Formats: sequence, structure tokens, C-alpha cells
Amino acid sequence: MGEGDLGLWAVLVAMIGGAIRVSTPFIFVSLGECLTERSGRINLGLEGTLVFGAMSGYAVAYETNSAWIGVLAAALAGTVFGLFHGWVCKLPRVNDIAIGIALMLLGMGLAFFFGKPYIQPVAPDLPAIPLGFWSSSPQVEAALRVNVLFVVGIALAFLIAWLFRSTRIGLVIRVVGDSSDAARAMGISVDRVRLLATAAGGALAGIGGAYLSLYYPGSWNEGISSGQGLMAVALVIFARWNPVNCIWAALLFGAAGALGPALQSIGISKGYYLSYAAPYVLTLILLIATSSTTRAVRGAPGELSITK
Amino acid sequence: MSMILHPSRRGFIKGAAALAGVSALSGFSAVPAYAAGLTVGFIYVGAKDDFGYNQAHAEGAAAVKAMDSVTVIEEENVPETVDCQKTMESMINFDGASLLFPTSFGYFDPHILEVAAKQPGVRFQHAGGMWNADKHPAHVGSYFGYIGMGQYLNGIAAAHATKTKKIGFVAAKPIPQVLLNINSFLLGARSVDPEITCQVIFTGEWSLAVKEAEATNALADQGVDVITCHVDGPKVVIETAAGRGAFVCGYHADQTALAPEKYLTGAEWNWAKVYTDMVKTTLDGGMIDNFVRGGLAEGFIKMSPLGPAVPEAGRNQFEAVKAEILKGGFAAIKGPLKDNGGNVIAEAGQSFVETDVALESMNYLVEGVVGSLS
Repeated sequence: MGEGDLGLWAVLVAMIGGAIRVSTPFIFVSLGECLTERSGRINLGLEGTLVFGAMSGYAVAYETNSAWIGVLAAALAGTVFGLFHGWVCKLPRVNDIAIGIALMLLGMGLAFFFGKPYIQPVAPDLPAIPLGFWSSSPQVEAALRVNVLFVVGIALAFLIAWLFRSTRIGLVIRVVGDSSDAARAMGISVDRVRLLATAAGGALAGIGGAYLSLYYPGSWNEGISSGQGLMAVALVIFARWNPVNCIWAALLFGAAGALGPALQSIGISKGYYLSYAAPYVLTLILLIATSSTTRAVRGAPGELSITK
Repeated sequence: MSMILHPSRRGFIKGAAALAGVSALSGFSAVPAYAAGLTVGFIYVGAKDDFGYNQAHAEGAAAVKAMDSVTVIEEENVPETVDCQKTMESMINFDGASLLFPTSFGYFDPHILEVAAKQPGVRFQHAGGMWNADKHPAHVGSYFGYIGMGQYLNGIAAAHATKTKKIGFVAAKPIPQVLLNINSFLLGARSVDPEITCQVIFTGEWSLAVKEAEATNALADQGVDVITCHVDGPKVVIETAAGRGAFVCGYHADQTALAPEKYLTGAEWNWAKVYTDMVKTTLDGGMIDNFVRGGLAEGFIKMSPLGPAVPEAGRNQFEAVKAEILKGGFAAIKGPLKDNGGNVIAEAGQSFVETDVALESMNYLVEGVVGSLS
């Protein structure tokens, strides 16, 4: 210790650091998807929203020289995508999964098209809170540089959990998601609730994208997401539609992703392709371990087209 | 998956054209008319302004575009799948291209080979060392530069900047060209100080922004204080490393603008010269050589200007070795040398000069590099 050489501890520090750095977009996208799915609809287009959010956030941050205005722009762009999805799905005989895939491609295509001039310029970054100030080890300090959006994401998860549990809004979303007939009997406009839930979900995914381009890795390019939006949608099922579980799932995923580079950096480099597959292997193991042949998926909203 | 994530624009246009009435196109010959001028196609695996591999090729394409009686067509973000065959076919059949530069390493086998078998009248030029006279057709060729020499010079600059005697390399895949760069980077550094070690982290893909950032952070965590890379777009590595306070050496293109204080130097491609030469040969009715190579002396590669962090002694040594390399016949890999598993690579007195074809099938990391190939 001391001399900046942590040995095997370095792997643990790197995994904690990786969890904090990498998990934020997963948290935001999975919270957004959680909100949407609890209202009874699936939005598979969040990968496209994430990429478009990354592009629009970066572009606006560069033009206005303010990272926060960029985040706002990304949230607005995400809202527009969400509203579009919600509006189209309201029409009769429209499949929400198909629309989601279409919107994913549209979002990525638009982001690539409008993002061309912004690959080269350098936009301002979001600020970080140095929670590792107490440590003399540069590794620990670096691992505990926490971005504001990470804190906001965690707070938001608890807020949404509270919303579902103890507020009228949460109850309305849950009723719409579990039984649209019951909701209609109560006089709730099912389509409007779903529209708003999808729009809010889109806004969160947009913010997740802004984190990618404005903080970590911190620049806009066309390969920036590499499927993180899709993984986050899967995390929601893994988290059993519980917002607080989404945090854990996202952290676990981030930590497992940091395992490969961390192992190689301390000289354990055999089989790095296998250690890179760790997040996916972990997901499979956990899903199999928590599954059951005798009952349906626990916690799934009744109106969801994949579990109906 | 990649078909979903990367829909081919050209594929779409082709489909649309077919729907619109293919009869209008039926008179179109597969073998392009030559007298009207030459149409040259460039295919990139990523964005052409990525501060890296694709930008270097696109700068070459821009130089070709400026030539007389040449039409340049380009397509970006073409994955190394059957998509690139579709792109090549449509460049040939719809745009009349007769000289193609599919620039990514993974395009060659099987994609270029399959299209080449169907299109004997078209010339295919592939960047990388895959073409083999015994196995591959004569209208396919390969070209590459001895950019390992650039990484050797990077290593010299790195050795003068490092305090921890640990330098690092973020690499995509363990193919010969990448391994030669890693080994050259370390050997350049060791020519200054034999105690230096180089930590390598493979990301497994040419472009994975988050993994590249994680790899850079992992290197910085280990006390590595000079980092370079061989990935398609070095922007993320350069910015992340500089953000962690490490010095950086560039690759593919000039990245000085991304970290002006931390940037030591960089190994850059100079495809403009190579491409204009090849197109000129074709326009004059000649045949391009199937095997084209060159280094610093031939103008295939160049070095970024030295940054402010390189000390006086480092500048002098850098310039002296560069002058030595410019004379030709320089060897970075020379005996006595072992790989990092203890096997002998070169006996004392034995050396592999930069032009040695044996280097193009490199499958080892030299002693002093921490890392393994699989």
C-alpha cells in the first residue's frame, strides 16, 4: 500500500469506481423504462433516445458552453421521442414493441445525421463531486469522483419508489399498468397516463445519454452507447420492475464491466474475452436462479404485452 | 444485431431503387465505362471525423477528390459484416466504381475476396497485410505503412516524460499490426531506459468508448503515467488519460488539440500521398503494385509536432533517431530479445528491419510488456 500500488485491492477499487462511473446511464434508462412499463407499455426505443440524448446534449452544451443546458436539451429531446411513442401506440392495432424498434433506429439515424459536425469539437463536461478527498491514494480518489447525475439518479429511484407506493399518481400508473379495464371503470384516461409515463421515461433516457457524452466517456461519437440502452431495458425485468432494484442492477452491471480492464491492469490478462463477458454471464445466472417454472414473472405489470 | 443497429443507407437506397422500377437500370453495365473518368470508392468502418483511423483515411480520400477526372464516393459506419459486401457491390454496380479502398482490417476475409471473385474488372486495395500472392487474386492488393516506427518514436518521447517508469497501451485486438505497435512503443522507451515496462489492455473491439475509458482509468490506477493506444478513435483514450493527469502519445491522426499540455507526440498516417499516387497510376493506365509499403522516409507516416512536456534531452534524442529511421533499414526488433514468456525472439546480432515481411505475422509481446494475447 501507500506507494500507489494496491495489488488485488486495486481490482476492488476499480470495480467500485467502474460501478459509479458506468452505471449512471443504466440507472436513468432503466428508471425511465420502469416508469413506462409500470403503466403497461414497453418502449424498446430507449436505445435510440439514449443516443439522440447523447448527441443533442453534447451539441447544445457545445453551442451554449453550458453542460447543464445540454442535459436539459437531452431531456427535452427524450420527452419528444417518448411523446411520439406514446401517441403512435394510442392508435388502434399498433404494436408497442414494433414502434419501439422503429424509434430506436430513427433516434440513432437522426443522431448520426445531426451529430456529424459535433464529433470533433470539445464540449464542457459536467462537474464531479470529489467524495474521495479523505484518501491519500490517487486510485481511491479517482474511483470516488462522483458525478452529480449519479446522485440525482439514486435519489430519483427512491422518489419513484415512493411515488408508486404512497401517492395517487403512483396508484393511477399502477392501475393503468395492471388492468386497463379497472382503470377505465375508475374514469382514468388510460392512453393519457401511458402517454405521460412514456414521455417521462423518454426524458430520463435522454438524460442518461447526456451523461455519456458530457461526463463519461465524455465525448460524442457514433459508437458511444454500444447497446447500453437495450441492456438497461433488460435490467428492468431483472430488477422486477422495482425502481430501487434498478439501482442495484445498474451498479452490479457497471462493476462487472470494470472487471475486465482491472484484471488486465494488474497483470491477470489470460482469457480477457471471458472476463469481458462477465456482466452477461452474471445476468444469466441471476435470472436463472430467481426464475420459477410454476409461477409467472413476479412484479410484472399485468398489461405488459410481453408477460400477458 | 448489427443489421438492426447499423442499417445500411446504401442498402436502403438500393431497395428503393429496385422498387421504383429496376427496368430503367437494366441497360447499366456491371463493368464501368472508363473513359468518362475514374470513380473511386472509400469505405470506412466508423465516422470519418473520428480523430483516428477513419479520419486518416478520409483525409487521403479528400486529397483524391481534389484530382482531375476523378469522382470519389464514400460510405461511413459500414460494419465488418456482409454489409460491406453490399456496399462494395452497390458502389460497383450503381456508381460505376472501378477502384475500391475498403479500409478496415476485417473487410478483407471473406468480404473483399467474395466480391472480388464476382468483379474481375474492379481493383480492390485493402489497408493491412493480408494479401498473399499465392492465395489471392491479382486484382486485389494490400498497402500499409511502417507505423511501428512511429510508435518507437512515441516510446522515446514517453521514456523522457515518465516518472513511474510505467507506460501503458490501450489496444483493440491482438493482431500483428497492433502487437508490432505495442512492442515498438516499449522498445523505443527501453532504448532510453531499460527499466521501463509497458502495461497493455485489450478492449476486444476497434471502437468501444466506455471500455476504452475504463481501460485508460485502470492503467492510471496502476500508476501508468504515459498512455498511447491503437483503437479506431483515440479521442476517448486521450481525453480520459489527460483528465487523469497522464501524458499521452497520439495515434492515426494529430490529437494535439484534445490535450495540448499533455500531448507528447503522435504517430500519424499520411494517406493523402499514398492514395493520390495510386489513383494517378490507375489514371495513367498502369497497374498498382499488389504489395505497397512505406514508412517515414517514403512519406507514408509522419509524426505530430512535439508537445511542450517533452524535455530538451528528449527532443534531441527524438530528432536523432528520427533522422536515423529516415535513412532506411532501421530495426526496432533486434537481438538479443525475448518475448514476455521467455522465448527467444531474436539471437544477439539478429535483427528484423522495418521492411521485414516476418514482422507482419507477429504473434508475441516482447519482454517488458505486461499482458497476454488471449
